[in-house]
Amino acid sequence: MELAQQLVNGLTLGSLYALIAVGYTVVYGIIQLINFAHGEIFMVGAFGALSTALLFFRSYVDGGEMLPFWALPVLIVGAVAASVAIAVLMERIAYRPLRNAPRLAPLITAIGISVFLQEAVRLLYGKIPSFPDAKQKVPFPQIEVVSGPAFNLGGVTLQRSTIFTVGALVICAAGLFYFVSRTKTGRAMQAVSQDPDTARLMGINVDRIIVVAFVIGATLAAVAGIAQGLQVTNINFKMGFLAGLKAFTAAVLGGIGNVWGAVIGGLTLGLVEALAVQFIPGTFGGSPWKDVWAFALLILVLVFRPQGLLGAKVVDRA
Amino acid sequence: MSAMLEVKDLVVSYGKIKAVKGISFTVDQGEVVSLIGTNGAGKTTTLRTISGLLRPVSGSIVFDGRDLTKVAPHEIVSLGLAHSPEGRRIFPKLSVEENLLLGAFSRKDKGIREDLAAAFELFPILEERRAQPAGTFSGGEQQMLAMGRAMMSRPKMLMLDEPSMGLSPLMMKRIMTTVTTLQQQGTTILLVEQNAQAALRRATKGYVLEVGSIVLSGTGKELLASDDVRKAYLGED
Ligand SMILES: Nc1ncnc2c1ncn2[C@@H]1O[C@H](COP(=O)(O)OP(=O)(O)OP(=O)(O)O)[C@@H](O)[C@H]1O
Ligand SMILES: [Mg+2]
Repeated sequence: MELAQQLVNGLTLGSLYALIAVGYTVVYGIIQLINFAHGEIFMVGAFGALSTALLFFRSYVDGGEMLPFWALPVLIVGAVAASVAIAVLMERIAYRPLRNAPRLAPLITAIGISVFLQEAVRLLYGKIPSFPDAKQKVPFPQIEVVSGPAFNLGGVTLQRSTIFTVGALVICAAGLFYFVSRTKTGRAMQAVSQDPDTARLMGINVDRIIVVAFVIGATLAAVAGIAQGLQVTNINFKMGFLAGLKAFTAAVLGGIGNVWGAVIGGLTLGLVEALAVQFIPGTFGGSPWKDVWAFALLILVLVFRPQGLLGAKVVDRA
Repeated sequence: MSAMLEVKDLVVSYGKIKAVKGISFTVDQGEVVSLIGTNGAGKTTTLRTISGLLRPVSGSIVFDGRDLTKVAPHEIVSLGLAHSPEGRRIFPKLSVEENLLLGAFSRKDKGIREDLAAAFELFPILEERRAQPAGTFSGGEQQMLAMGRAMMSRPKMLMLDEPSMGLSPLMMKRIMTTVTTLQQQGTTILLVEQNAQAALRRATKGYVLEVGSIVLSGTGKELLASDDVRKAYLGED
């Protein structure tokens, strides 16, 4: 029973990591950039959903009521819009001018953007008329069906947010599979990641494909932002830091640049964390140590399989 | 005959190193023009500059009445200029068919399926192996795929960068025969080769490039007969 419970917990956590990890990996696959500000795109998605709730469902929020179920797609649209807008601006303003700069330059820029976005939300969110202050955590709106009492399946607690998170990953992964392998733009994306110059000779606008990669990553991160809000019932300006770091770990674990690697890496990391909490006895067990085990797993994989679980064997990867 | 491609006083450099030092040449409609020269002469640099992947320091490149030096690289193929690059550069993880379809990426018309059939007719092996990842192809097969892919854009003019590189004599012959076939079907061709004999025999016109400058030009026959070419490129003395 404990095992089943931890598997459920691990799957929930892992799905969240996987949704975020895809963003690291698609961008890396195209421009070999580790977008360390991707965690903040996830955070902005959560705040985008909250803002949408405040703008369109204010009476429910103020009355402490659950939002109707049909508010969920509206919140998703709001979250995705916010994340995508930030991601596209980030690419345009910060990364594109550095396209031919030494690799360290965009990396440091990414860290700068990350801090900038956290501080912007912390300091400015509450300045928007009628919006709550975001210097500390802010309650995330509850929504009918996806919020509320958990189910009990023969002793295993199944949170509604778990169903949302895992379901979101399944739908996003299926959509992504279809997009990458069956559409013209998806094929162009694969071409750019394999050989950008030759892709140009085919008539592919590489700049446009790079934007598409950022948009895909931001969309999934926004969905993850809502999932996190539903799971924890509150959000805060620094939620992107640890989640981003874990998701990046997941992407490397799975083989950075490989979309399915990100999904597998996310799920693996989530499961390892959950199982470590429960089954490692003594001082090194329990939740205080779960991050240690997560990163220990990363180090192990990097030592014995540097290309990641699904990554191709190439010399210059990470 | 009108000039389809006119390159004038083209200078291209990599940082401080001048790789192309002011070359001029023309390709007329319906021709096969060969650009020959030894390693490092600047042949690939010239083709990559025509395709917009490199920008010239000075000079002009006019294709079909338009100055290409101001056109984005991804827009050039839709003007009717295809480039099969040095080393073939097929997309290794994509299937043969996906590679071919990418060749038609810039097109929006309905004839893509027909052209796929035409590419399969030109190289039947591509049809037999259409679902195979292109990276598992042999060198010769990859070259056929690269040429088929370039033809999928339905170009007015095709630039081939060393299509015979690393191929067996038989496969080389096959590729060169295809060049003639494509010419007969109405495609103008700019052929870059180190294999001077094969390239000049089929050429209406040829240029010899040496460390960034054109040192000799003439009809294919003239160049084949010239003492300089025979000594430098055909290993005769
Ligand atoms: N990316 C680059 N950076 C610096 N120099 C370069 C670069 N590419 C080519 N060169 C130099 O430019 C010159 C011309 O090279 P290019 O590749 O155009 O020659 P080529 O005629 O195609 O030779 P090959 O027959 O070997 O393919 C060479 O001296 C080469 O070293
Ligand atoms: Mg070359």
